[in-house]
Order: sequence, then structure tokens, then C-alpha cells
Amino acid sequence: MKQERQNRLRHGGIWFGGQILRAAALIVLVSVLAFFLVSVSPIDPLQTNVGQAALGAMSREQIEKLEAYWGVDTPPTERYLSWAFDFLRGDMGVSLLYRRPVAEILAEKLGNSVWLLLSAWVCSGLFGFFLGMLAGHRRGGSADRFVTGLSLVVASTPSFWIAMVLLLTFAVQLKWFPIGLGVPIGAASEAVSLADRLYHAALPAASLSIAGISSIALHTREKMIEVMESEYILFARARGESEVCLILRHGFRNILLPAVTLQFASVSEIIGGSVLVEQVFSYPGLGQAAVTAGLGGDVPLLLGITVLTAAVVFSGNLAANLLYHVIDPRIRKGGTE
Amino acid sequence: MEKEILRIERLSVSFSQYGRGLARRRLSAVEELSLSVYAGEIVAVVGSSGSGKSLLAHAVMGILPYNGRLEGRIWFNGEPLTQKRAAKLRGKELCLVPQNVSYLDPLMRVGEQVTGGRSSPSRRGKCKSVLAGYGLEAGVERKYPFQLSGGMIRRILISTAVMETPKLVIADEPTPGLHPEAAGRVMGHFKEIAKAGAGVLLITHDIELALLTADRVVVLYGGRMIEEAPASAFSDETKLSHPYTRALCRSMPKNWNPDGERLCDTGDILSYMRKEYGR
Ligand SMILES: Nc1ncnc2c1ncn2[C@@H]1O[C@H](COP(=O)(O)OP(=O)(O)O)[C@@H](O)[C@H]1O
Ligand SMILES: [Mg+2]
Repeated sequence: MKQERQNRLRHGGIWFGGQILRAAALIVLVSVLAFFLVSVSPIDPLQTNVGQAALGAMSREQIEKLEAYWGVDTPPTERYLSWAFDFLRGDMGVSLLYRRPVAEILAEKLGNSVWLLLSAWVCSGLFGFFLGMLAGHRRGGSADRFVTGLSLVVASTPSFWIAMVLLLTFAVQLKWFPIGLGVPIGAASEAVSLADRLYHAALPAASLSIAGISSIALHTREKMIEVMESEYILFARARGESEVCLILRHGFRNILLPAVTLQFASVSEIIGGSVLVEQVFSYPGLGQAAVTAGLGGDVPLLLGITVLTAAVVFSGNLAANLLYHVIDPRIRKGGTE
Repeated sequence: MEKEILRIERLSVSFSQYGRGLARRRLSAVEELSLSVYAGEIVAVVGSSGSGKSLLAHAVMGILPYNGRLEGRIWFNGEPLTQKRAAKLRGKELCLVPQNVSYLDPLMRVGEQVTGGRSSPSRRGKCKSVLAGYGLEAGVERKYPFQLSGGMIRRILISTAVMETPKLVIADEPTPGLHPEAAGRVMGHFKEIAKAGAGVLLITHDIELALLTADRVVVLYGGRMIEEAPASAFSDETKLSHPYTRALCRSMPKNWNPDGERLCDTGDILSYMRKEYGR
């Protein structure tokens, strides 16, 4: 018994070590890819950020100084390696556009985005799960047709389009919500309350939630149908359990784990969607910073954002894996007796 | 004479199916079946796979699939068994013992499943004593279905019926996959249930096991009842009326010739049955 536990612990350790290695490999790959994409991009950082006219008026030395600042004169490999060595020592560099340390900017932008991402993630998860359960309970019923239809429409609608519709309806027409930004215009940062932040994050979060609902709803529906047609539901019915009891005692139990797992694995979709949605709402978050950094050739900032989001997405997937291993008794107890 | 617990009259179960194009046709799976079960009696329903045994059980329990249509009449304990009454009685006076582990919730501890939706300290206590009565070690109620052997699962499933005070127990193939000794023990449990006063409808495709346990045997073929006889009739095949049943009787190993030669050609009779019953 003790031997067995030790064995399991060792296996767990090996598994965890493997996951860390995978995370490291992922981050290296993603940063290389991001760097490669920026260096082959046709955007010339000098022309974009300084301007054609201003450049024309500058002396040779001034232009050379600027080229050195934007890193145009160094070979790409050298640039990447020097960034990587600094990164390993814990230094993410200085943003070329903001002229502030990347770590500082990331903290600020993440602070803005985290409300948005988290609330969108939680809302889409809860609503999607609930809708999926409702739909799957009676396949082909009116609730099922409604939820499936809605999910298919949403799934085929880009998130920025949903964002624009919400913006036009609730901000421009009805004026219930601000049309953009993360805080009231002109307010001092100390004067901004949490309520203000939530108020400004409401529409972007709603857009992201709506966009994220369909996959979890459809997936939960599928699982729920499978459960409702299972033999253990038939038997529970034969034992006189009420319909509510069937759904809560057996349905919920059997679809919760796959749904939560899927939700953790879908962190990437929410983050991906946030890039465009933040753009629509001029919301000063990570997504918007990524777009600015990408278009402005701000390599240190872009790499910082890339590594950060890759780490978040990886943590989501890791959590999904862990959940399956920790919660499902069939896997937890090793599958056999 | 014991009380008649279950009476089924001209029961038919059919399904609507979409044929070619949009034409809908009814596909009948059980036709005009009549039988009775008395208190304290075990009636075996024997038939090959697909002959409608499970549908018969589900029809009585009132849990047919939504596309299934039921005709005919069912009485339970002297009163008509409507869908509504079945819903009220099932799990209490009317119990089903299903076939295998897939009828248990894979993510729920078996103790919680044996007590069912109505868990109370007294029911949990009863659950423990019922499980112990079936020779399952203490602590088994804290296990998950996948942690138990086939024989243990079978006893857990029977426990779900014994937890209540059923007047009728319908067991749908409770033994496949068990070795003969374990199957015999399971049959013993059903005999105890009958001795306690309940009627037992024992569904199986194993004629020998049925004869060992049951008082009466009903033989189904292709959804129709072709024979109803006391178990003793099977020791003398002249008492059986249908050629299929007679062939079934002769094909049992104990009725083979001493040199092991079978006395009947099952192929012949099966092709005759297919022609006669269309399946
Ligand atoms: N939901 C259903 N829809 C259509 N046909 C069905 C359905 N359920 C069962 N049947 C048919 O009814 C017949 C009898 O099934 P069943 O009672 O499960 O047989 P068994 O005697 O093996 O328990 C089978 O041939 C099957 O094709
Ligand atoms: Mg069956």
C-alpha cells in the first residue's frame, strides 16, 4: 500500500517534470516564431514610428542613432539571442514605444485585461454549461433547438462583429455603457473605483462571453445527451428517481468534469478573441498592446506579451489535465483494483 | 392460490421508423403477449437476443423509449398499471434488476446508488446490512463501480431491489458473464426474494438456468410468445406444444445422447422459425 503510494507519487513527479519541460519548449518555440514574424514583416519601424517626412529632414547620424534604437542594424539572430539571455536573467527589456520596462507595461495591461478575460471566461463557462445542460436534457425539444441554433449562429460570427453590434446598440444607441476605454476619460488613476472599471469592462466582457459560449454549450449538450440516453439514467428512472433528481444527481455529476476541462483548455480562445474585442472598444489591455507592439515593431514588448499569454494558455491546459487526473475517480484510483 | 401480482394482456410494443423517403412505418417488436406472475412465484422469460425480453420489462416499468408505443393492458396487484401509477410505484413496489455495470452511475459511490435518491440514516443502515447479507465486505459502499468485480456488481444490483419491499422484481438477464457457480448463487438470491413473497419475472436466454430456478417458463420468439409451460414440462418434451421449444429442450446438454450426439438439428428448426415469424 505504502509502496503503491510512493510509486504514484513518483509517477506524478515525472509527469509534472515532463509538463514543465513542455512549457519551456512551448515558450521557446512561440517566442522564436513571434520574433521571426516581426523580422520578416514588411513594416519598417522607423517609417511607422518616426514618419516619412521627419526622417527626410534628419541628418545621417540622427538616422543611424534611430536605427540603433529600433535594432534595425543588428542581425536578427543576434537580436533574438540577446533578448533571450536577458529574459533568462529575468530582464524583459524596455519597450521601444512606451520607453518603459516591458515588465511594468505587462503588469499594467494585464491588470486591465484580467477583469475582462476572467469575467468573460467565467460567464461563458457558466452560461454555456447551463444552456448545454438545458438543451441536452431533451434532445430535439424546443430548448434544444433554440440553444443549438443560437450556438451555431454565434460560432459562425466573428467576435469583433459581436463587439461592434453590442457597441452600436448599448453604447451608441441606448447609451447604457461607455463607448470605450478602460476608465472614465480624464479621471485621475487614484479616483477610479472598481465599479468604474467593471462598468467599462462590461461590454467587452459581454462580447467575449457571447463569443465563447457556443463551444462549451454544444459540447455540454453533446455530453448531456449521451448521459440522458445512458443505461444508468434508465435504471435511475426505473428506481423512481424524479426528473430533477436525474439531472442533478447523475447528469450534473457526469458532465461537470468534461465541461470544466474544456473550459480550461479554451483559455486560448478567450485571449485570442480579446485582441480584436479590445481593439473595437479601445480597451487598454494586453490585446491592444499586442496589436500596437506588432504594428509598431516593438520587439521586446511583443515578445513579452507573447511569452506571457503562452504561459497563461499553457497553465489553462495544465489545469485541464490536472483536473482529469485529480478529480475523476476512475483515473485517480489508477483504473483497476 | 397466491395473489396475482402482475397480469399482462395482449401487450404489444411497436416503434415508428422512417423507411424509404418520408414513409413512416410501424415496426412491432413485441406482439400480443399475455402472461401472469403470482406472489412468491418465479416466472422465467426465455428467448434469444432481440426477441423483445427487455422491452417487455421496460413496458411494465413504464420506461419505454419515447418513440415506442404500447398497446394492451397491464394490471399490477389487481389494479390497472397506468403510466402514472408505474411512475409512482417503480423503485418501491416495482423493482428492476438490470444486467450489468453500465446501469450504475460510473461516478457515484455504490452505497449512494443502492440507497437511491432517498438517502437517510436508516436507509444507509439498511444498505449496509443488505450488502453484508450478500457477503460483500464492509466498506464496499464507499467504492466506485469500476472497482468491483462482475459478481460483486450483480449483488449490488440485486441489493437495489432488496432495499425496498417489492411486490414484483423484474430481473433482466442477471447472470451473463458469471461462471456457473456465481450464476447459481445469484439465482439463489432471487429464490429468497420470491420466498419473501414477491413475484419474480426472470428474464434470461439461458434455458437451463431458467429451469433450475423458475416455477414457470415463458418462451419468446421474435416478439411473440410461443410457449408457456411449468418448468417440469421440460423434462418430458411431449408436454411441450411448440416445435421450437421442443428443439430448445432437446438441445440442452443433459438431454443429449450418452455419446454426446445432439438429437435435433437446430438449423432446420431455425430456418422454419424464420420463415414462419419473418425474422
Ligand atoms: N428504441 C428502439 N427503436 C426501435 N427498435 C427497437 C428499440 N428498442 C428495441 N428495439 C427492437 O426491439 C427488439 C427487441 O429488443 P429487446 O427487447 O432489447 O431484445 P432482448 O430480448 O435481447 O432484450 C430488437 O429487435 C430491437 O431491434
Ligand atoms: Mg435485453
